[in-house]
Amino acid sequence: MAPVGPRSGDAIFANVERVNAELFTLTYGATVRQLLTDLEEVEEVNKQLDQMGYNMGIRLIDEFLAKSNVSRCVDFKETAEVTAKVTNPELWAAVAKVVTASELSFRPDNASVQVGFKMFLGVTASVTNWDVDGTCCSIILEDNPLVDFVELPDTCQGLYYCNILSGVIRGALEMVSMKTEVTWIRDVLRGDDAYELQVKLVKQLPEEYPYKDDE
Amino acid sequence: MIGVGKIKQYSNVLDKPLSKGKQEVSLSAFAFLFSELVQYNQTQVDNIAELERRLEDAGYAVGARVLELLCHRDKGNRRETRLLGILSFVHSTVWKVLFGKVADSLEKGTEHEDEYMISEKELLVNRFISIPKDMGTFNCGAFVAGIVRGVLDSAGFPAVVTAHFVPVEGQQRPRTTILIKFAEEVLLTFNPFIIANCILILDSPSAKGITHSLGFMS
Repeated sequence: MAPVGPRSGDAIFANVERVNAELFTLTYGATVRQLLTDLEEVEEVNKQLDQMGYNMGIRLIDEFLAKSNVSRCVDFKETAEVTAKVTNPELWAAVAKVVTASELSFRPDNASVQVGFKMFLGVTASVTNWDVDGTCCSIILEDNPLVDFVELPDTCQGLYYCNILSGVIRGALEMVSMKTEVTWIRDVLRGDDAYELQVKLVKQLPEEYPYKDDE
Repeated sequence: MIGVGKIKQYSNVLDKPLSKGKQEVSLSAFAFLFSELVQYNQTQVDNIAELERRLEDAGYAVGARVLELLCHRDKGNRRETRLLGILSFVHSTVWKVLFGKVADSLEKGTEHEDEYMISEKELLVNRFISIPKDMGTFNCGAFVAGIVRGVLDSAGFPAVVTAHFVPVEGQQRPRTTILIKFAEEVLLTFNPFIIANCILILDSPSAKGITHSLGFMS
């Protein structure tokens, strides 16, 4: 079966069920407020938001891969179908190594990031500022439904209000074998003109398989 | 290129124009966020009642803001001051904006004068949630109950609002009822002869507002 090409973010967003962004915004605001009341330290709140985002990201990636037909994963699935007929686990591991190294290399390219942000948040994001090694890039968001109606008071100046997004990206990429570090470069609530996240690849993790080689 | 590029920056969030409220996010994004909210709260409490209270408090904040937003944007800065008006506002306008449809029904309790119920076959927030048996009657609709309480309280109608599961014959999942019990001072402003002996049922999608059959038995 020929692989189906990746679907555009708009097409997927039009097909998923949607809710009013204001409900989402207000619920997120209530969450941040609860965290601030409980934890009181902005650093703790930043960490907790990142952790919550991580938990979301590890589940969100499944939906993203299922709905977006991103090409490299379809190839891997095809490979898996073919090798499923072969019961030799060594062959399986060897094929997996080859596929992992070549296909899942660190290029969360413009298309897949755009698709992801479009299908979940309904906004357009862009990927720029690739460094020479190809291990570091910036994701730029002009529009962010999380921060409608929000203003940071003076007591919360160290807060990264949208830190949940950094957790989501970190969690999602970890599930596709890329250990990353995500930091905020620009934040509109702190006075900049757009949201910029820097995603840096720390390590490419090898795929783990449930069966041992010698069984 | 002229005209393309940065969004105009506003130094004060109050100067920014208010959006029309048509922007949407995916249901799964909301569902994931809500599940994280519930999971976080589970780590902070020891018992079910406390968990429901925390979810309700979170919803209260949402409700207060929703009232301000809708009154300003959709109602031209006018707010309902009558009981039935505010109930209709919650049942239709608030539900339509937050959940995309009006609530399934609005009923007045028969046993007590001060009780009203909004029912929904499947609350949006409960769609992807299943309650384990050892949590008994816990309902994540407590968040929605909090939203309703926030709207009513900020509008000047203090009430105790709770969410309950009501099993329905022929349906696998129970429907959810939001029970609103108004504080005494709310009812003292109304003529008891008009409200007595009256049960109002509004079915969607034909909810056109409260039919003024008050005081008449049909």
